[in-house]
Amino acid sequence: MDMLLGVVVMLVKMAVVLGVALGLAAYMILLERKLLGRFQVRYGPNRVGYFGLLQPLADGLKMLLKEDIIPDGVDRRIFLVAPAVVAGTALAAFAVVPFGDGLTLFGHRVPQVVVDSNVGLLLVLALSSLAVYGLALGAWTSDNKYSLLGGIRGAAQMISYELALGLSLVPVVMHARSLSLSDIVAAQAGLPFALLEPVAFVIFIIGSLAETKRVPFDLPEAENELQAGFHTEYSGMRFALFFVGEYVNMVLLGAVTAIFFLGGWHGPFLPPIVWLALKVLAVPVFLIWTRASLPRLRYDQLMALGWKVLIPLALLNILVTGALLAAGV
Amino acid sequence: MTPLGALFYLLAAVLLGAAVLAATRRNPVHAVCCAVAVFLSAGGLMAVLGAPLPGVLMAVVYAGAIMVLFLFIIMLLGLTAGDGPLPTGRLVVPATLAAATLVALFALIGADPTGARLLPAAMAAPAAVGRVLFDTYWLAVEAVSILLFAALAAALLLGRGRSGGRAQPTGGPAA
Amino acid sequence: MADKKQGVVGAFLDGAAGLAGSYAATMTHLFRKPVTEQYPEYKRPLPARTRGRIVLTRSPDGKERCVACYLCSGACPVNCISMQSEVGPDGRRQAAWFRINFARCIYCGLCEEACPTLALQLTPEFAFCKDDIADFVYEKEQLLVEHGGKHPDYDFYAHAGVAAGGPKGSHIGEDDPVDVKSILP
Ligand code: SF4
Ligand code: SF4
Repeated sequence: MDMLLGVVVMLVKMAVVLGVALGLAAYMILLERKLLGRFQVRYGPNRVGYFGLLQPLADGLKMLLKEDIIPDGVDRRIFLVAPAVVAGTALAAFAVVPFGDGLTLFGHRVPQVVVDSNVGLLLVLALSSLAVYGLALGAWTSDNKYSLLGGIRGAAQMISYELALGLSLVPVVMHARSLSLSDIVAAQAGLPFALLEPVAFVIFIIGSLAETKRVPFDLPEAENELQAGFHTEYSGMRFALFFVGEYVNMVLLGAVTAIFFLGGWHGPFLPPIVWLALKVLAVPVFLIWTRASLPRLRYDQLMALGWKVLIPLALLNILVTGALLAAGV
Repeated sequence: MTPLGALFYLLAAVLLGAAVLAATRRNPVHAVCCAVAVFLSAGGLMAVLGAPLPGVLMAVVYAGAIMVLFLFIIMLLGLTAGDGPLPTGRLVVPATLAAATLVALFALIGADPTGARLLPAAMAAPAAVGRVLFDTYWLAVEAVSILLFAALAAALLLGRGRSGGRAQPTGGPAA
Repeated sequence: MADKKQGVVGAFLDGAAGLAGSYAATMTHLFRKPVTEQYPEYKRPLPARTRGRIVLTRSPDGKERCVACYLCSGACPVNCISMQSEVGPDGRRQAAWFRINFARCIYCGLCEEACPTLALQLTPEFAFCKDDIADFVYEKEQLLVEHGGKHPDYDFYAHAGVAAGGPKGSHIGEDDPVDVKSILP
């Protein structure tokens, strides 16, 4: 009976997390289009429903009804699977993201996370590094020069920035003394790590911008150079998977940033879930703001920033944090 | 069989199948995909055996970084699939070497009476792994890392070529 | 990078200021009123000479202006005007049928320039969509309007033509007839 209950609770949690993540991602697209519109002194979509609120549904329907074109000369199996890898890894990472201290339902303690893994932080990193395959394989198999260039850029960019990203999280782990996301949030009950580790925070934000392939690091898709980069040849729902994957990634990034650096659901006055939602949304809004503000980096600038600035800085930051912790400050 | 046991055999089957495919594909990208599957299922095996940390590290480091580099190189060089049947002749030497290693390994395990004893199930927490690595074996870890660094430096030196001249920067503030 | 002697800190501050500047600029834009005109609700008034759908106008007396001279058809770069001329009961030339294929028309306005009777005119109306491309072929009945368009007072037959009536040289803007038998200038 208990086991059955556990399974049911697990399924419910999965459904909730999936639904919330996908819904947020869909409305993130609308938010981005609206905000970007206002940043550019125009309205953005406002026709479907009030304020364009039904636009994501309309877009989804449109994408579903479009023809799924498989170009000649592509490697069919890889071509068909690649978009799912991008969206799938992004969604899977939500499994380890906690969204509360835990509830007590009917006398049972229910942790508010799908899997509270003691290597949660590494799992997030692993899944984000696996997302490269969707991009690189999709690009390679498209049999298109622009796609290939986009894929090569994407692969190189994501490997380089993953390093900085991982290193920027080391001080967080050093403070929290755990790789579990719940423990990391618990360690920030007092001061969020963004204030304790501002350098790591900045590196993390820059690195994750690059990981999500957003402006100013959108070289893999670079519309004005590569048409659409790695997803040039994709259409219909497969393209939508790439697209939704990007926005799920944005939401994931918001969640992960909130948990690693912004103190998760901790905050005064408001209920915890509201705090978490605010923090989760703050990051994508910042990303959209960035997209409106900054031009794209050149490729060599991108690599120089990653290898010559961020990684040494992250290493130095680890050393300093370690020294301070050892000194017992 | 417990669910974990079933998972173990499933992952092991996937691993073996993917490994065979990785060794026999003529298309380099397919081979890389199979290799990624090998690493992922190996990571899964480790997690099933109670060591999630090395399992995840397997995914991060091997599947997530090293195989991506392989893929990157394949894409950069534009390697295409070879055609015709597998050149079995070329596979003989590595295959015999691998088989010999496997036989030796099994022989060693068989020879050592403790090797056949079933260990109690254990859970290796990340903190415990870290303590073993950096407290008990810190010297070995540091030695290996210095060795790796030396290899890296040597590769860089060889890659630079004999000219000794610095590669011309192609951009940045200097350009 | 303007100053060579600028140190790392200077470069950093410079870059940070640049970034902050662009973020600030977009932030101020966020609170501006969008310049977008909401099209179907607000239709921007277009100038009278905007080149849109073509009409065939009438002279002030309500008769058709078009004399089926084929000049518009000849001027059209995409050959989308076709017609058949005939002589009407009142002795005037007119179009038996007159057809413009708006699916082909590029709204260049050359036909309007060519028309000697100011019959054919382009109007500012541009939004007329169809589900079927064949519906874009407009017949004479669909093209004819009940007014004189941009030139309501003009009447070709007051100037010339069979039905103008009156003796030679009596029409508006017409010189006296030349007496070919006289030697006077
Ligand atoms: S506007 Fe130009 S294209 Fe259209 S009917 Fe007149 S001459 Fe032809
Ligand atoms: S519309 Fe004008 S140019 Fe065309 S046939 Fe009639 S009179 Fe001639």
